[in-house]
Amino acid sequence: MTVPVLRVKDLRVHFFLDEGLVRAVDGVSFDVEPGRVVGIVGESGCGKSVTTKAILQIVEPPGRIVGGQILFQKDSQPPVDLAQLSPRGAELRAIRGAEIALIPQEPMAAFSPVHSVGEQVIEALQLHERQWRPAGPRLSRNEARAMTVDLFRSVGISMPDERVDAYSWQLSGGLRQRAMIAMALSCRPRLLIADEPTTAIDVTTQAQILNLLRDLQRRHGTAIVFITHDLGVIAQMAHYVVVMYLGRVMEQGPVEQIFHAPKHPYTRALLKSIPSVNVAPRTLLPTIAGSIPHPLGRPSGCPFHPRCPDAIPGVCSARAPALGPVGPGQLASCFLYHQDAAVEP
Amino acid sequence: MTRYVLKRLVLLPALLFLFSVVVFAIVQAPPGDFLTTYVATLASSGSSINAEQVEALRREYGLDRPVWIQYLRWIENLAKGNLGLSLEYQRPNAELIGERLVLTMVLALLSFVFTWVVAIPAGIYSAMHPRSVVDYLLTVVNYVGVATPNFMLALVLMWGAFAYFGMSVTGLFSPEFVEAPWSLARVLDLLSHVWLPAVVLGVAGTARLTRVMRANLLDELNKPYVTTARAKGLSEWRLVVRYPARLALNPLVSTIGWYLPALFSGSLIVATVMNLPNIGPLLLRALINQDMYLAGSILLIYCFLTIVGTLISDILLAWLDPRIRLEEG
Amino acid sequence: MSVLASAVPATAEDRVSVASNWRLVWWRFRKHRLALASALVLIALYLVVLCPDFFSTQDPEATEARLAFIPIQRLHLFEGWRPALWVPDVVGKRNPTTLRMEWRVDESRRIPVRFFVTGYPYRLLGVVPTRIHLLGTAAEGRDRLHLLGTDRLGRDQWSRLVHGTQTSMTIGLTAVTFSIVLGVLLGGISGYFGGPVDAVIQRLIELLQSLPTIPIWLALTAALPRDWSPQQVFFAITVILSLVGWTTLGREVRGRFLALREEDFVLAAELAGASRRRIIVRHMVPTFLSHIIATSTLAIPAMIINETSLSFLGLGIRPPAISWGVLLQEAQNIQTVALAPWLLVPGAVVILSVLAFNLVGDGLRDAADPYSQ
Repeated sequence: MTVPVLRVKDLRVHFFLDEGLVRAVDGVSFDVEPGRVVGIVGESGCGKSVTTKAILQIVEPPGRIVGGQILFQKDSQPPVDLAQLSPRGAELRAIRGAEIALIPQEPMAAFSPVHSVGEQVIEALQLHERQWRPAGPRLSRNEARAMTVDLFRSVGISMPDERVDAYSWQLSGGLRQRAMIAMALSCRPRLLIADEPTTAIDVTTQAQILNLLRDLQRRHGTAIVFITHDLGVIAQMAHYVVVMYLGRVMEQGPVEQIFHAPKHPYTRALLKSIPSVNVAPRTLLPTIAGSIPHPLGRPSGCPFHPRCPDAIPGVCSARAPALGPVGPGQLASCFLYHQDAAVEP
Repeated sequence: MTRYVLKRLVLLPALLFLFSVVVFAIVQAPPGDFLTTYVATLASSGSSINAEQVEALRREYGLDRPVWIQYLRWIENLAKGNLGLSLEYQRPNAELIGERLVLTMVLALLSFVFTWVVAIPAGIYSAMHPRSVVDYLLTVVNYVGVATPNFMLALVLMWGAFAYFGMSVTGLFSPEFVEAPWSLARVLDLLSHVWLPAVVLGVAGTARLTRVMRANLLDELNKPYVTTARAKGLSEWRLVVRYPARLALNPLVSTIGWYLPALFSGSLIVATVMNLPNIGPLLLRALINQDMYLAGSILLIYCFLTIVGTLISDILLAWLDPRIRLEEG
Repeated sequence: MSVLASAVPATAEDRVSVASNWRLVWWRFRKHRLALASALVLIALYLVVLCPDFFSTQDPEATEARLAFIPIQRLHLFEGWRPALWVPDVVGKRNPTTLRMEWRVDESRRIPVRFFVTGYPYRLLGVVPTRIHLLGTAAEGRDRLHLLGTDRLGRDQWSRLVHGTQTSMTIGLTAVTFSIVLGVLLGGISGYFGGPVDAVIQRLIELLQSLPTIPIWLALTAALPRDWSPQQVFFAITVILSLVGWTTLGREVRGRFLALREEDFVLAAELAGASRRRIIVRHMVPTFLSHIIATSTLAIPAMIINETSLSFLGLGIRPPAISWGVLLQEAQNIQTVALAPWLLVPGAVVILSVLAFNLVGDGLRDAADPYSQ
């Protein structure tokens, strides 16, 4: 059994708004093993993005980590609990970018428009120089630039020499995301967090970016936490899947189990609503009844019960189900499988 | 970029011409001419001037000619660097205005430097620590700063210095340097006096700029590129200064376009209250005496300074923001 | 595209979705406590504007050299523990060397202050003749009451301040009203028609904005004939101040019109056959009225400061008319101020009113923009 790079245990992130408390992430646990891809899937507002921000401790106020552990494994040392580190401290900053890198959602807005993309990659290289190259002379600007050009070439950017000096708004969406991937990989991180990296890109480019990511992941053995609302992407990328709804985990397990033997009614509903080429044309797609509740008005008990076709009256609305085993390596939080396993409200 | 600046430079004479017409129209507007006022002033002070002398003066200044000829004469003289002969002072205006113009610019530029040096760090601090004690304190100071007319601030400072320290904080030079030729000692003396009026002049702008900087930075801090930079492992101060503060500055640069001219014209009031040897009090006196050549020349200088201020901000903005620089080709 | 991605507001927001725009603005404005308090200050100031004579204790023009530079007689609200209105007496003694009257406050003698006493005659709201004033001394003529002291001519500063408030606050309001009319008219025309009309108006705005404001104002006010009546001067200064003021508003209105022109509902109205005028009046104006109000509120303080500065320099409102700037002219000489610091009080009122306008304006602007947060 390999040691996981990252173990998230019962993570809770709450947002303290003037209007009330939003439990954006409410008890999420999963492990990321080296060289594996964990996919987190869910509708908008389910807390998947907040989960990843919590790992790097870059949740914006009024959000705060209020509970749980984020254990990160560095080399052979005992794991560090990232949740315990100061968000502005040097120890955490040394991990950000160097050990855990982020590929953000919108490559357009994720680059500063007044600095060239190359400059922003060079900055990362120089900042964490001692971590990816413990010895040797200080990195010169020219050297860093040359490395950036190589990085750009390795992520498939044509004419890397010129693109290094370009500004983000001069590049196409696909190129921008490639540059972002180059920046994320620059310090050879152990773990990559990709937050909907293909959402803002057109479909043909999406496939290229996904292929690139998979290719790089195989080559460097980097572990990836991959976030998306697109189950198709999850099927292509992930080894292990976490399905979230309103801040809670509905179901998690190996990708084959989730796709071929989904247990939770929410997972099943999600899978049914994927448009498929095999379905007869012009038929209505099945949808999930109702709509996502407002974050401030989260239903009592199981958050999914008002929309759930299999809800047990008087049970699902009263208590929230706990995660329990439902298959090989597969967990679900549903009273259909565990009548007694409820979490404290 | 160069084409853009060149275009503005070509436009400059056209604008100046337009302004000269406007200015001339304004100074010509009062009924009667400055000779009437001059005669009246002389009469009230006891001395008198006979009708022939008045006629001679009227001819000398071309006041008996049509308006457009008077305008052309004025422009002609302006072009020659001859700003007209002030009746009141009986000295060439160019000489009169020269030093005062330099002092006007020194005062405005110092105020400008003061504003930016104080407002930018204060704005950054406030935005990084929103709702902190210092933030609230700065907000209060800013509101009061914006609400205080600068002549009021000058009055209070002058009164305080006089009543409690027996000091006079008027003027830009110690008595022994007022008429002295320029020397290092005189420059040092100027610097020891000029900072107070510069601060007085800059307070309202500083308050406004701090608020703008705070608001801009708060907006920028929520942008995804800040998250990217943070995820990169940058320290908070370095991150803020390098990215969002840099971007929050851009809209501020465009404020130079109105702020620098506002300082030039605002210095008029401060200079009058604090009795500074500036072109402001000169304009005021020229206007009251209806010395239209002098008033017109000074007004045109103010117009020129305004245009130059706008030009500087345009160039700075283009230089700072690659989005503008590169798109203008 | 996921068919699931559709968020609908919860029931808690239903109340909000049916409320009118004005009600929403009011709800949000109410949350700013400082802005609310400032609004009360402004209301109080405008009450004074409506009838300054009622609030005066003396005739603001009454001069008596003997009564020059009487210090502030502080209004006391209690006598021991008993609530009572009184001011200390002032006694004057002629200085044997300078031969000037020197006044000092005599705390030992208390002058009771009464409400609704008779004083000099005036017309309430310019119509009803009356002699009733809000405050005064019980025995008229014998006891002195100078709540804010007197100036070098022995005029009562409190009464002059109250009259100055009328002029200065009115100038701010009228100048901004002129600006709004000009700005909305020209900005609206510019934004709605676009093309060459827009270009001409935009160049005009640019030209006006690149004029050095204060010197030009000074030159314009200096050009006003000396023999004009105070009303004429007042009107002229208002026009002069709004000459530059409208450009900012004009720009804003134009920008909003340009943005709104692209909005679907304008297209819908045009397709429905509504006339252009009707589109402007019925559909476009209401949508940004709240913004215009907020922007105007923020423009008033600038007008007040400008008027005060011009008058202070002797080129704005001219005596015998009274404005805050005219009052502050008395404080031009530092030696005089050192002798009679209370001459600076009108300045404090200027700051207070500008502060109040700014706070209310900020509150309104935040409240008017539902998408700002």
